[in-house]
Amino acid sequence: MNAVFNKTSNGIETTADVIASSERKIWPLVGGVHPEENKHQSTGRPIGFPPIPAQLVLPLSQHAGAPAEPLVSVGDSVLKGQMIARANGFVSAPIHAPTSGTVIAIENRRIPHVSGFSDLCVVLESDGDDRWCELTTVADYHALSPEDLVNKVRNAGISGLGGAGFPTAIKLAPSSPINTLILNGTECEPYITADDMLMRERAAAVIEGAEILLYMIGATECLIGIEDNKPEAITAMQQAAAGKNIHIVVFPTVYPSGGEKQLIQILTGQEVPSGKLPADLGIVVQNVGTAVAVKEAVLDGKPLISRITTLTGDALSAPQNVEALIGTPAADLLRHAELNDAQLSTLVFGGPMMGFGVDSLDIPVIKTTNCLIAGTHEEFPSAPDAQACIRCGHCAEACPSSLLPQQLYWHAKAENHEQLMHHNLFDCIECGACAFVCPSSIPLVQYYRASKGAIRTQEAKHAKAERSKVRYESRLARLEQDKAEKEAKRKANAERAAKLKATKATDQPADSKGEEDPIQAAIARAKARKAATAQRANNATSTLTTAKAELTSLQKELKIQLSMAKAQVKKTERALAAAESSGTGDTDQLTSNLAMLNEQVGKLQKEFDQSSLPNAQPEKPEKAVKPALSDDEKKRKVELAMAKAALKKAERALAAALEHDNETTESLQQAVAECQSKVNALAAIPEAQPEAQPEPKNDTGHPVAKKPKPVLSDAAKKLKIEVAMANAAVKKLQRAMANAGDDEQAELQQKLADAEQKAADAKQKLDAL
Amino acid sequence: MALINSRTSNKPPASISQRARETSPHTLGQNSTQRVMALVIMATVPALVAQTIFFGWGTLINVIWCSLIAMGCEALVMTLRKRPVSFYLKDYSALVTGLLLGLALPPFAPFWISLVAVSFAMIIAKHLYGGLGQNPFNPAMVGYVLVLISFPQEMTSWLPPLGVEGYNNSLSDALFTIFPFGQGIEVDAISTATVLDVMRENKSLTMDELWAANPVFDGFAGRGWMWVNLAYLAGGVFLIWRKVFTWHAPVGMLAAIAVMAFLFWGGTGSDSHGSPVFHLLSGATMLGAFFIITDPVSGATSNRGRLIFGAGVGIMVYVIRAWGGYPDGVAFATLLMNMAAPTIDYYTQPRTYGHNKANKGLPGKD
Repeated sequence: MNAVFNKTSNGIETTADVIASSERKIWPLVGGVHPEENKHQSTGRPIGFPPIPAQLVLPLSQHAGAPAEPLVSVGDSVLKGQMIARANGFVSAPIHAPTSGTVIAIENRRIPHVSGFSDLCVVLESDGDDRWCELTTVADYHALSPEDLVNKVRNAGISGLGGAGFPTAIKLAPSSPINTLILNGTECEPYITADDMLMRERAAAVIEGAEILLYMIGATECLIGIEDNKPEAITAMQQAAAGKNIHIVVFPTVYPSGGEKQLIQILTGQEVPSGKLPADLGIVVQNVGTAVAVKEAVLDGKPLISRITTLTGDALSAPQNVEALIGTPAADLLRHAELNDAQLSTLVFGGPMMGFGVDSLDIPVIKTTNCLIAGTHEEFPSAPDAQACIRCGHCAEACPSSLLPQQLYWHAKAENHEQLMHHNLFDCIECGACAFVCPSSIPLVQYYRASKGAIRTQEAKHAKAERSKVRYESRLARLEQDKAEKEAKRKANAERAAKLKATKATDQPADSKGEEDPIQAAIARAKARKAATAQRANNATSTLTTAKAELTSLQKELKIQLSMAKAQVKKTERALAAAESSGTGDTDQLTSNLAMLNEQVGKLQKEFDQSSLPNAQPEKPEKAVKPALSDDEKKRKVELAMAKAALKKAERALAAALEHDNETTESLQQAVAECQSKVNALAAIPEAQPEAQPEPKNDTGHPVAKKPKPVLSDAAKKLKIEVAMANAAVKKLQRAMANAGDDEQAELQQKLADAEQKAADAKQKLDAL
Repeated sequence: MALINSRTSNKPPASISQRARETSPHTLGQNSTQRVMALVIMATVPALVAQTIFFGWGTLINVIWCSLIAMGCEALVMTLRKRPVSFYLKDYSALVTGLLLGLALPPFAPFWISLVAVSFAMIIAKHLYGGLGQNPFNPAMVGYVLVLISFPQEMTSWLPPLGVEGYNNSLSDALFTIFPFGQGIEVDAISTATVLDVMRENKSLTMDELWAANPVFDGFAGRGWMWVNLAYLAGGVFLIWRKVFTWHAPVGMLAAIAVMAFLFWGGTGSDSHGSPVFHLLSGATMLGAFFIITDPVSGATSNRGRLIFGAGVGIMVYVIRAWGGYPDGVAFATLLMNMAAPTIDYYTQPRTYGHNKANKGLPGKD
């Protein structure tokens, strides 16, 4: 591939001369093809300036990433260079008015995209005055920090002018250090001469841009790669770069040497690892046009509102390059280049190898439009019908990525995604070299694009299913854990009972072992109970019967409450699951509700367990101490739980806001901080009494005086919970009111009043107790 | 700059809306299946001429007859499949299959041998598998092997070459021997063993004695055969030059034959298997290397794969010649390696740009 193919017929300088003049080592491109260049048609005239169009159509999505967000509304007057749409997120770019005029519509218009779809556009009616807004010029960019310059580039709305349209500012602020800046002046696609003419006429601006870029990214060397079919551009650039640390590297013409990865390979011999970025090799690649745009943005303060576009094709009588205002409809430009309507058969945006056809002359030029080809039928005959693939392998010879296009085609037809991935489908750069050489005229690239789309769709589905699965499994685990905890508690209680029984049993004949039959166990239990009550009767002042009656009624109530709370938990969980799976509804709200309910269930369960203990176990006094102690603590705990839930919610909201880069993050951050401090304060309150005391081996040493207390506190506890629940209900209603519409307000107001009343009542009762 | 374009009607010509749906690239190279096949046909011309000179008119008649059968079969199947017949005939792939079989069959093989071989190749080996591009086995070789196994006597009856007694260059003899509508010749009476056959059967003569005793030996190899093989070589080099196929498969096969022949040469004694040059220029070596195993459909597809594929064929050709039951083995070796081609493909993917190593084997198994 080192062979030199000189297809330019200009004869100004031979290829060998040109290559000899660049002394740097170059590496050959793998594969590649030599389509007819057809570049001479559009290089005969200097860069033209077409008249300002009557209307400009500015799509909000002219770059890779999120569409810009309009800052103007219909009827607004704007000045040339005024920002009319701001960047919406990190990977986005603002859009500026290319001339002064009035916004007459913000609506869906046909955009230059391979899909042929419409998208939101700002439509500007020019007033013909072409009045600039105020521009801030910079005399010496060294006085500014690279970060400031990157911001200038970002605000100027510059995205890659080579075709991909990636916002330039992002590439200029990479995470890894950069050694090499590569400017891409390759322009390997046939027909396109925009970069060629730019380098011929504005070489000094390119070099200036290169120097600014070097300063911004801190690179030590700059390589400007140009194919040897542009001798005039090479000479101009070499003169402009003379005496500077900028190398003009000339290499043989072969398509697609201008692909970013291919250019890096040619100039440095390195390959960008699959799935990585050039920045990972310490390399940043920018188009030469982008360099000029950066220079204008930094030094002149001019945003990106125009670009050099090649107007060519046999249906034009005056093919040429023009400095086109972004948003100029294709028709205006083609008329400027003297379009012959009758001959027009194909209109291609971009080059013939990777560009796309459009079906309307109203479609505007955008930041990435480097060429419009108005082709005749003779020039672009319809593709012949595809024949069978004979696996000749010419495609593999041409592939610059060393793929096996014939195998990819085979597996794409079979929709064998596994094999496609195995054959590295996603390393295909869709350059079209394979389809170009295919003797059977198979539209190979189309198969690869379709397969990539199908695989992406499938992967998205997989990821979604995986998320749902994880969610479902964690729910199961949660339920399992709850169950296990309950089981453990039950077991612990049983063990305690058994242990006690065992101590009792030491007095008795040693025939009762761990595993007695149920009847014996029941008898033993009854005996134990009897013994316990006898003991209690001996020690306690209150009678056994009253205590027992009180306990059972309390237990019943607790049981009812518990089951009700559990039912509510289940209901909420169901609602949450439904909301999550459908993606609608306020999952946050539901989650926090669920947390609160779980808290309640836990408490009720605990109480219930505790209240049932006295019946079965003689160490009741010991257990009973706890509820009495936790009155205050419980309140604190409920508050803490609620505060934690609030904190979680706030954090979630903040995370979501950060993700979408909303402006509300500040207030949310504040809210989080407040919640956090509340939680901390609550957690910091010293425990009034120890949470739990060590399990007693023997209960005889404990004072019995404490025994009546739990009975009282249990009732209080119940009330306490009622208060908490009522309060929660009040809060919930308040939240609902905040979200509800006007018609629902009255109803909610009533409910709120009721709930508040309920809460007050409960509180009163509690206080009275 | 202050001029404003008055907006005129932007109605595009009707055709651009249709053309807009076409996908990139919008421009295609000049290559076509038709051109590829036409070049292959052109490249066989020297060998066809050489074979006709050395073995009589039978070769030419066979080639024409086989081509006609092949085109007829293609047209028949396409009619049955309700496909546009001329579209498929125009790719010349049927013509190539017929042509190659015509060159491979013995010059005076009766017409029905050709009929069986070609129609089996076209209908069974090609179209029953799905037609062009879908057949796992080289159709011409399937047809050849079928008749070789079924009709061994007719298939091994080669005529004496030019310069050996019994050489026949009468057009009418050839015509009427192949098509029995008139007075042909008794092939059995004049047919002679080929050099590969003689070499295989030889147990007692040293190489020098063999060359002296048998007039079919001449120069490095067989009388006539050497020139036929050199003609195929010339055609093959032409095709590589025109980038119809790469050098990998032919070089793999020829190198493997040469290496095998060198290793098992055995000198000039009576137990010799023949020199490397003898094997390279005998039988169907060059026909196989440049016109049979370069069939892209049934061969391996990556360059490395083709090298391995070719080497496999070469090794097996030599094994069959030296120790097998047939004097030549190109057809069998090709079919055997056809079976291995998909596996070879899985293990010889090239290293993709940006990857440290090539993927090997089946997905998920590497």
